[in-house]
This record gives sequence, structure tokens and C-alpha cells, in this order.
Amino acid sequence: MAVATKAAPAAADETELLISGSEAVAEALVLADLDVVTAYPIRPYDTVMQAIAKKIANGQLVAEYIVAEGEHSQFEIVKHASTVGARVFCGSSGVGWMYAMECLVVTPPLRVPMVALVGNRALDDPGAFGVEHNDALVVRDLGWMLCWVDSSQEALDTTLIAYRVAEDRRVLLPLAISADGGFLTHSQALTLVPTKEKVDRFLPRYDRGDLLLHPDNPITVAPQANEDWVIEIRRQNNEAMGRATTVLEEAYADFRRVFGRGPENPWFEEYMTDDAEVVLVGMGTISLPIKVAIREMRAKGKKVGMVRLRWFRPFPTDRLVAALSKARAIGVIDRNYSFGSPFASGVVANEIRAALYNAERRPPLLSFICGLGGREVVLEDVYKATDMCQAAAKAGKSDTKTHWLGVRE
Amino acid sequence: MAALISEIIYRGIFQKNLAARIARGIVFSARKSGRWGIAFGRYGDSPQRNGIPAKDFAIVADSKEELEQNMARFEPKHTDVSIALDDTLAKGVESWAWYGLQPINRLTVPNGTLLMTSVQTFGDLLKDIHKKDAPYTLALLRAKASFSGLWVYKEDHTEARVLGALARIAPSFLSLDAVCQAIKEMEWGSDLKVESARKTHDRVETRAVKVTEGNAEIPYSFELPKWWEMREGVTIPAHFTHLPKEAGKGYVPERNPYFKKFTTRTMRPVIDFDKCVKCTLCWIQCPDSCFDVMPDATYDANMEACCGCGVCEAVCPVESCITMVNEAVFDDNASQWEMWRKDQAQYATWMASKIGDKKATARSHGFRFRGQYDEELKRSFEDGGLAVTAGIPGENAQHKAL
Repeated sequence: MAVATKAAPAAADETELLISGSEAVAEALVLADLDVVTAYPIRPYDTVMQAIAKKIANGQLVAEYIVAEGEHSQFEIVKHASTVGARVFCGSSGVGWMYAMECLVVTPPLRVPMVALVGNRALDDPGAFGVEHNDALVVRDLGWMLCWVDSSQEALDTTLIAYRVAEDRRVLLPLAISADGGFLTHSQALTLVPTKEKVDRFLPRYDRGDLLLHPDNPITVAPQANEDWVIEIRRQNNEAMGRATTVLEEAYADFRRVFGRGPENPWFEEYMTDDAEVVLVGMGTISLPIKVAIREMRAKGKKVGMVRLRWFRPFPTDRLVAALSKARAIGVIDRNYSFGSPFASGVVANEIRAALYNAERRPPLLSFICGLGGREVVLEDVYKATDMCQAAAKAGKSDTKTHWLGVRE
Repeated sequence: MAALISEIIYRGIFQKNLAARIARGIVFSARKSGRWGIAFGRYGDSPQRNGIPAKDFAIVADSKEELEQNMARFEPKHTDVSIALDDTLAKGVESWAWYGLQPINRLTVPNGTLLMTSVQTFGDLLKDIHKKDAPYTLALLRAKASFSGLWVYKEDHTEARVLGALARIAPSFLSLDAVCQAIKEMEWGSDLKVESARKTHDRVETRAVKVTEGNAEIPYSFELPKWWEMREGVTIPAHFTHLPKEAGKGYVPERNPYFKKFTTRTMRPVIDFDKCVKCTLCWIQCPDSCFDVMPDATYDANMEACCGCGVCEAVCPVESCITMVNEAVFDDNASQWEMWRKDQAQYATWMASKIGDKKATARSHGFRFRGQYDEELKRSFEDGGLAVTAGIPGENAQHKAL
């Protein structure tokens, strides 16, 4: 039985710190020798902004720290800094991310490898702090690379990988790392921090090459263009996103070589899936209650496993189809909503349905919406979802209803 | 012919409302005989920029199906009638989108018609209009180009007159009675305009143009790059900032070879190099950076880059050093400075013929004093001729008054 989560063998030169997901990102930014960071407070993202400020104040990081007057400027500033060759960081949450929308839209066509932390937060109204994935998912069609992490360690490692992938000349696309508000941004866990020397071996300098805005390389960026040019520009972006798949796999392989840890499969974590009849799918910290529930159910003889999706864009279509089509039933638990979508399902459920459409073997797929607005996903929710999936496996067909779990009714 | 496709080539801002009225008028006129139609502007154009060539289209057909058949391409590739509302467009048009230079008759079908408003002779116009590999008819409506503004409209009956001319050109689709009835019912229509349409119908002049006739110049063009040939990141490489004119002297900025913009121009500056005091104002103030610095530190307006806005004339502190002259009286974009250097006496003669032509120095667009509009209209109706105003009152009007 494959248990993907192995204890990371601590290299002797790594330092163990008790830090939150946000602080882990800040540690990675120091190691990546960040140049420009912009900030505007919104919870839960503001934890990373405070952590970076502390690093700079303590002299651990030399970087421009610019407090903008709002998220729109916050993302505009790093966009421009990136075009002149600065390694940049930015981030936001919920409606703050929405307020930056115009800049989020222009960064992919301009090929700006901005790395952002989205501390996932419910969109207003009501003005809730808790996690929902709809904020980050808003940019899913625009050329942003999107991933979800579920631990401080993964937050740190993924930030280093993010710069390597985003800044690769074959890619040059913005990348958002999503961290569940509260569960990850505000919980401290034991985290290994590698040495700068090792990071330097892994992460090259940012080089925009011919796209660098510099007096020695005079170019015009973002002129107005009409129908004779636009579709070609979109086609270029599509190609860059396609190349990101290869570059990302290279980066993870190299990460393992340099640091001696990290997942073999960059795209998703598989937990007890080898003989699983029911596979539950989710993104982010929902993995914790699911794993615990799986262990409880396994003790009672139920063959359940989990696929935790790390990368949503680019979407690992082939690998995910190969992993999921082995199951007898799939249960997708979405921490987001997509009102009026096919079957009124969550976003991940419908992406997986689409991915499976041409698969030779299409197991029944059940769609669940759970944990919205930061509500805790409890073991009972997972048991309930698993029972329904088992019934579907027995019947050999899906019900097309989307099930809301943990809602008062 | 079961469908009539017409294009209306006009100048941005100055003729935006005029072109739209004509396109709508064509559809309404055809509707009078039970036909179907659609009127639209080329969306990629930028008709909110002074003088930039733009297009409206009107398609009318016997049935809805035939109309759809002809609308399958949003922008028609062939037109039965091409209408140009300003004769300086005869030199070709380059739209806001990058297409290279398009001859004014490029879309006109073999044996189709090019209708223009012009006071030039057929012969003069054919010096400008590019040669075509098929015969066509050139039709002229005798009038100066009708220019107004974005928010104002010049009620000089041009829309009604063009529709009247079309009734002569394509009577099977637009009978004169149908056109007159449509004009009367339009929100801008009147009995007087109906009368203007009838007169133009009778007076429109036509001339068959043979394949051997026209401007032999090959219009500049270029291939649009494939997606993988284009630079990434929505970026354009810069050109060299400048090169010396010759022998290390002078300053000539590099310019975009694919988008020249000069067909935007309805007037061009004529420069008296002997009067130039080298103050730099024209060079600095030109919004299109069209001035090249010559080795003797005078300024030559590059006619591939000049949009004809007239700012240079307005800022020049020397009387009659820069004079804006109507584009129609020029045949090419040759350098004035080179002409001047080659033979100063000959240049003086040439220059005098241009800036001494009072009709050619009348402003093609823009109002220079309160009441000018009323005055122009009054004169054009009373005299049956056209009002000509020149210069900027209080500045140089006196020296250019008729």
C-alpha cells in the first residue's frame, strides 16, 4: 500500500522552524533573494506581508518594500518591476485579489512571471475571513499558473519552485500559490528551511532576455492592437502554458536532486490509492480531515484513498485521468461554488468530468461542496461522501446531483 | 445583381456622422422597394481620430437569405460601389489597423463604380488613384469635402446628394423616387434635401476608367507575421532612435515601416527654408515627430509621417515660414528640403504656386472663429459655390484672406 506522505529526511544542513504557511513563504522569499515586493493589507494574506517586512527590518533580506494604496496599484507596481528584471512578489485575498483584477488580466499576455500568494478567503458578501477557493479560481482561464499547498513545508518548497518555473524563458507566466486562509496561513508547523547555498544551486537568476525593458534593449510593451494581432498573442500564451508542463516537471525533479526531498509526482498527492475503490479528490488543507477519515475507514475495511490536487493550472489531465480511472467511484469535494454550472457542481468536479470525457474507463463521479466560508470539514462529512460514492460504485453509475455537506438543513 | 454592396470611405471625426447617414440612407432607400439591408462600420477602425481613413458599409439585397450570404464575411471583400467622401483619399488609405496602403478602388468590382466628392478634374484625380487590373467607372459629385466635427454636423446636403448620385449609379436597387422618399422620411430629411438629391442625380459626372489609367505606384504592403514569428509578451522592438541625415550632420528618427499614417493628412505644411530661424518649435511640437533635422539645422517635414494636423504652422513664429496647403495639389511625398537644395529658384517658384493658391490654403477642417459655420453655409447656398476660409483669425488670417 503506497503511502505518499513519507517523513522528510532532514538534511543535516537544514534548519527546523515552527512557522505558519505565510511565514514559510517569507523564508523562501529570503532564500530566493527577492528584489521588489508590494503590500496592501487584507486578511489572511497580510500575514505574509508582515513576515516579509520583519525579514527586511531584521536585515535578512534586501528588497524594495512598497506599500501601495490598494491592490490595483500593488499588482501594477510589481508588474512593471518585473518587466525591468526584478524578481517580484505580491499577494492578496478575496475581494482584494478582485480589486487587482485588471492587472491580473494583463500579466499573462505581457509574460510577467509574478509570483503571488493568494490567502484564500471567501468573496464578499458577507465579509467573511474564512477560506473558499473562488478568489484564486477567478483567474483560471487567463494564463495564470495556479497551485494549492497544504502545509508550511510545501508552501516554502513550492515558492522556490514557483520562481524557477514562472521565470523560465520558455514560460514567463504569472503564478499564484493558494494557501487556505486560517488553516494554513495562521497555523504554525515544523518546517525545514534549506541553506541559501543549496537554493542558489536550484534557482537561477531571473533573466527576461529579449523581453527585458532596459535602455540597452529598447522595446515597446503593450501597444494597442486589434483583430489582426490578438489571436496570435493568445496562441503564444497557450503555447507558454503548454511548455509550463515540461518545465514544471523538470523543476520538481531538480528540486529532489538538490534538496533530497519533494514529491515524485508534482501534480497531485496520492494517498492510499493503490487498491482504493473510492477516491476522494480535493485541494488544499482539506487533505487533513480526509486523510484522517481514510485511516479510520481503512481500519473498518473500506478501501478509500485520496488524490490531493496541487496544480490546477496547468491541469494535469493525462496523469489525473490515469490515476482516477482506476477507481470504482470518484468523489470530488470542492471548497468553491460555480452557480449555474453543469450539475451546479464545484469547479474541480466539472474540470475532472471534462478531463474524463474521452477516457476509456469513466468511473461514476460524485460532486460535493463543503467547507465554504472557512467552515471546518469534519470526519463525518468525509464518511458521508464516501458512503455515497460506495453506493454509486455498487450501482455502477453517478447521480448527477451536487451534494452540499455540512450545511444546516 | 441580387445584392448591392457599398463602402463609404471617410475621414475620422470630420465625416463620421456623414458616412453613417449615407449608409443608413442606402438601406432605408432600398427598403422602400421591399429589400433588406444592413449598415455598419468597420469595427477595427478608429473613427474618433481626426482625419484617419475609416469605412462604413451598406449591403442591400432582394431577400434576407441573399443578405446573409453577403454578410458571411463581416467586412466585404468586394464592393459594387465605393464611395470616397474626400478626394484626398484618392491617394490610398491606411486604416488604424495595419494593412499597408490600400488603393481607394481596391475593393471595387470590375465594372463597378467609384463615386467621389471632388472639385478636381478626372485627369488630376487619376494621377492619384492607383491603377486597377479591371475597368471601372469614376463618378464625381461636384463638391468640396464636407468636414464637420464629432459632436457637430454640417447640414450642407452632402448625404442627400450622395444618395441622389447612387440613384443614378445603381437605379435597379435605389430608384430616385425611393431615395427621395427615404430622405424625406429620415430624421435629418427635408424637401430641400430631396431637391438636392434630384439635382445631383441629374448632374453627377461619370467617366469610364481603363486598366491603363491611374497611378502606377505599387502601394506599400507587408505580410502579417505568424504567431510563432511574433515577439512574445506583446512587445515591439524599438528602431534606432535616429540617424544623421548625411556626413554626421542632421537628425532623422527611425520610423515604423509598417504603419505610416500619412493618408490621415488632408493638408500638408509647405516650408520656406530661407525664412526658417531654426527655433526648433515645429520639431518639438509635432505630435507625430514628423520633422527631420537637416544638416543645415532647418527642418524638413517628412511626408511619410506627417498627419497634417497643422500644429507646426500654428507654433512657427515666422510669418509664412510654414503654410498648410491642401493635399490635393501634391502628387508625391518627396522631400521639400531636397527640392530646395537642388534648385532654390525653382523651389521658390514651386512654393509660390502652392502657398499662393487661396483655395488650396483654405482650412480643410476645424472652425477658427465663432459663426464660421453659419457663414460657410450661407455662402454655399447663396452663391451655389463654396465658402473658403483661410488662416487663423487674430493670428494669420489677414495674410491669407481671400
